[in-house]
Amino acid sequence: MKTSIKEIKETKNNFAKIKPLLTDNEAHIEAARCLFCHDAPCITACPTSIDIPLFIRQIMTQNTTGAAKTIFSQNILGKSCGNVCPTEILCEGACVYNNLNEKPIDIGRLQAYATEHAIKNDIRFFQKGKSTGKKIAVIGGGPAGLSCAHKLTESGHEVTVFEASENAGGLNTYGVAPYKFSNEDAKEEIEYISKIGFKIKTNNKITKDDLPKLEKDYDAIFIGVGLGNTKPLKIEGENLKGVTGATEFIYNLRKNNQKIKIGKEVVVIGGGNTAIDAAVESAKLGAKVTIIYRRTEHEQGAYYFEIELAKQNGVQFKYLISPKTINGKGSVESITCTNNKLMPSKNGNKANIEEIKRSEFTIPCNMVIIAAGQEKQIDFLKSIKDLKLDNGKITVNKTFQTTNPKYFAGGDAINGGKEVVNAVANGRDAARAIDKYLMQEAR
Amino acid sequence: MANLECNFAGIKSPNPFWLASGPPANTAYQVINAFKAGWGGAVWKTLGVPIVNVSSRYGAMSYKNEKIAGFNNIELITDRSLEDNLKDMKEVKEKFPNHALIASMMFEKKEEWHDCIKKCEDIGVDGFELNYGCPHGMCERGMGSAVGQNPDVCEKITSWVMEVAKKPVIVKLTPNITDITKAGLAAQRGGANAVSLINTINSVTGIDLDTMEPNPKVAGLSSHGGYCGPAVKPIALNMIAELTNHPDFHLPISGIGGIETWRDAAEHILMGASTVQVCTAVMHYGFKIVQDMTEGLSNYLDSQKMKSVLELSGITAKKLRKWEDLDLNYKIIASIDEEKCIGCQLCYIACEDGAHQAIALLKNSRVPKIKEDHCVGCNLCSLVCPVESCISMINVTTNKQKLIWKEHPKNPINIAIGTSLKR
Ligand SMILES: Cc1cc2nc3c(=O)[nH]c(=O)nc-3n(C[C@H](O)[C@H](O)[C@H](O)COP(=O)(O)OP(=O)(O)OC[C@H]3O[C@@H](n4cnc5c(N)ncnc54)[C@H](O)[C@@H]3O)c2cc1C
Ligand SMILES: Cc1cc2nc3c(=O)[nH]c(=O)nc-3n(C[C@H](O)[C@H](O)[C@H](O)COP(=O)(O)O)c2cc1C
Ligand code: SF4
Ligand code: SF4
Ligand code: SF4
Repeated sequence: MKTSIKEIKETKNNFAKIKPLLTDNEAHIEAARCLFCHDAPCITACPTSIDIPLFIRQIMTQNTTGAAKTIFSQNILGKSCGNVCPTEILCEGACVYNNLNEKPIDIGRLQAYATEHAIKNDIRFFQKGKSTGKKIAVIGGGPAGLSCAHKLTESGHEVTVFEASENAGGLNTYGVAPYKFSNEDAKEEIEYISKIGFKIKTNNKITKDDLPKLEKDYDAIFIGVGLGNTKPLKIEGENLKGVTGATEFIYNLRKNNQKIKIGKEVVVIGGGNTAIDAAVESAKLGAKVTIIYRRTEHEQGAYYFEIELAKQNGVQFKYLISPKTINGKGSVESITCTNNKLMPSKNGNKANIEEIKRSEFTIPCNMVIIAAGQEKQIDFLKSIKDLKLDNGKITVNKTFQTTNPKYFAGGDAINGGKEVVNAVANGRDAARAIDKYLMQEAR
Repeated sequence: MANLECNFAGIKSPNPFWLASGPPANTAYQVINAFKAGWGGAVWKTLGVPIVNVSSRYGAMSYKNEKIAGFNNIELITDRSLEDNLKDMKEVKEKFPNHALIASMMFEKKEEWHDCIKKCEDIGVDGFELNYGCPHGMCERGMGSAVGQNPDVCEKITSWVMEVAKKPVIVKLTPNITDITKAGLAAQRGGANAVSLINTINSVTGIDLDTMEPNPKVAGLSSHGGYCGPAVKPIALNMIAELTNHPDFHLPISGIGGIETWRDAAEHILMGASTVQVCTAVMHYGFKIVQDMTEGLSNYLDSQKMKSVLELSGITAKKLRKWEDLDLNYKIIASIDEEKCIGCQLCYIACEDGAHQAIALLKNSRVPKIKEDHCVGCNLCSLVCPVESCISMINVTTNKQKLIWKEHPKNPINIAIGTSLKR
């Protein structure tokens, strides 16, 4: 079967923000709804513990600058978080209005509104602290690394961020969906944050060989390398043209400002949020998209609101299906799958599946996106002396210090892949711990 | 179905809902539309020697998402000629002979009052309202609330009017006075047939913090204006009740101030009004609001098994007493409905920081707990709770007899008597 690869020009509208910036009027009306709860449950639900009732009240009184300060003092990436956090399961999910069966406060968008005000007008709240003479290297310029670098600079340390890609931002720049956070958003945010005075060295991947010098030149090192490439399925045909990993597909999409080629018919393999993102992005580029997942919708890792978004974009879901081979001459033409049945789970974990014999069937397609999770950066991490890993995740103590006392770590590299806001929280707290570790005598 | 028809001091109308004197009752076009929509009467925009108005003229007090919690104006009386107004009023009366049409007026000289009253009676108005209440502009000219604030002048002018008026005369009272009963009794002495209250309250609704100009702005300046709208209802309710409860005051009352719904109207009536007048709410929403006002009031009367507005009038005024008549042994305490509670803890922080530290937080729950032995029954928590009927105030039986302040042992008078007895 022969289907042509269709070239889609990015239509601005397709990738428009699904949660656009609030107007002043919208923000003031929404802010006035907040009850200003005592010991507010929304704060507890925010991994960075932003004083939400306070910043919302500040928006209401039109002290938007004060609102931005309240946010940034807990979460310097408050703008990306306001845009990309799964608020439905975090702050907004905890808002007391849910108990009244009323729409919770639109916290994420209010947060985006206030932070945008400060960034657009270049209103800054933090300065580089009095020099301590200590030097710290941050490996990885993602949310964890940037948050850590900012806080350390505030304490007066000399910080250099080493970033492998040509732009910092990590998955904020190369991962999250562009209809949540655009390339310009990411760029502006990084410029704003780094004005405090830390260095970012891009195109500067740290390898095993760089470590000895790094350890010699710096007093402490923070690891914020995130995760690695998409895990291969290890099935036949995975190397055909038109087969790609989801993170690589999205990297490409973001890097090229959504101006990429897409297959006419796309099959996405996986059940998590990354699978959904890749599927929605493909659909927005004009493809007919099917997601196949080996279990059922109940076991699916993706958030309900993300699944809803995919359905709204015309993505088809097919459950209890496993891929067997990807077929084609040179480039992909179809994918052969089998049906599964669900077996009762024994250990209380996800239900087991069993392949149904002789159930093979073929789905024609000209692009396959694999979203079966990301690999860990095991090779690099193993090259660091005494660094203990647990299932590929770096082991840290309460203060984010690793088993090699000079190294601290945070973000996806320690939690195996959570949200931006978790990475920001880790980076901030690790910075506090590094400061304490280095300044034990001085402070 | 209750009958909403009214006979107010001899002025008949199909229902007690009248347009108050103001912009909605300025022209025949408007009043005809109002009557078509269901209003029972209209007090025409105050007649007088035509004036000139400024722009802008209105200000509002907004509260959170409520754009008009309170309203004010620096507008004067009619800016149309007496001839134009009379022509319009005549047209209305011809089209709607059974609706109440009341001429509001404000003059300086006795002859002016007399002249206008005669002209109005000639075209068939049903009554008069003497405007002693505009707090701005007119009183600087010796009219409006300047008259209303001085009982002797109020009585005098009323008596001038009564010399010629054949139709019932209502005196509209200004709230910009310490004791409203003084003004009401003066109107009664002057021979008035009824009073209406309240007119607007001296106010500045706010300031533009960028330009530091007060609102409403007139070329960088402003003037104090008359406050009205939802925020003034509590003041009106109290003043109406004060008149209703005064042993020497016997005139019918037309309630005005902050009426927007049938519920507001019912409250005015319960305090002793027998008709009501509305201005701001019509300026905000238009004439249509009267539909629900008439129907709602009628349903309410039915639910109370009452046949007319008069049956409702004044019931609550009797329950408004001097503080010293209240039972000091009556005790209530707060009680939280755990099912309804949404865990905002507003009640906790309000009581903790602003009242009596009578609410506790528990370790494993967002639902606060009332410390019953600390609760003084002040109501604060139930007022701040955002959930309807989640905190209720429960009556605690004390088995103690009613005890009022006059008899209370801590009353200095009783202490004095007690000690003198001992001696
Ligand atoms: C497709 C996708 C969509 C997502 N959508 C959302 C979302 O909507 N909302 C949300 O909250 N979270 C989302 N996430 C998760 C979120 O992006 C991550 O949790 C977060 O970015 C983790 O931050 P980090 O700093 O730990 O790692 P990363 O963001 O991965 O950053 C790591 C950085 O380190 C660099 N690096 C790696 N190795 C080296 C090295 N050896 N030397 C130098 N630099 C190195 C990388 O280039 C990268 O810039 C999504 C993730 C994916 C994959
Ligand atoms: C813009 C405006 C103009 C008014 N003009 C007059 C007037 O000319 N004569 C008068 O007696 N009262 C006037 N009033 C007062 C109203 O009749 C009424 O007493 C007052 O607004 C309170 O009622 P409300 O809360 O329903 O508005 C005016 C009120 C407003 C808002
Ligand atoms: S950082 Fe995320 S979770 Fe926290 S308040 Fe902001 S939007 Fe909500
Ligand atoms: S829980 Fe909701 S209402 Fe309460 S403070 Fe937080 S955002 Fe406001
Ligand atoms: S104010 Fe009401 S809803 Fe909020 S915690 Fe108290 S009882 Fe519960």
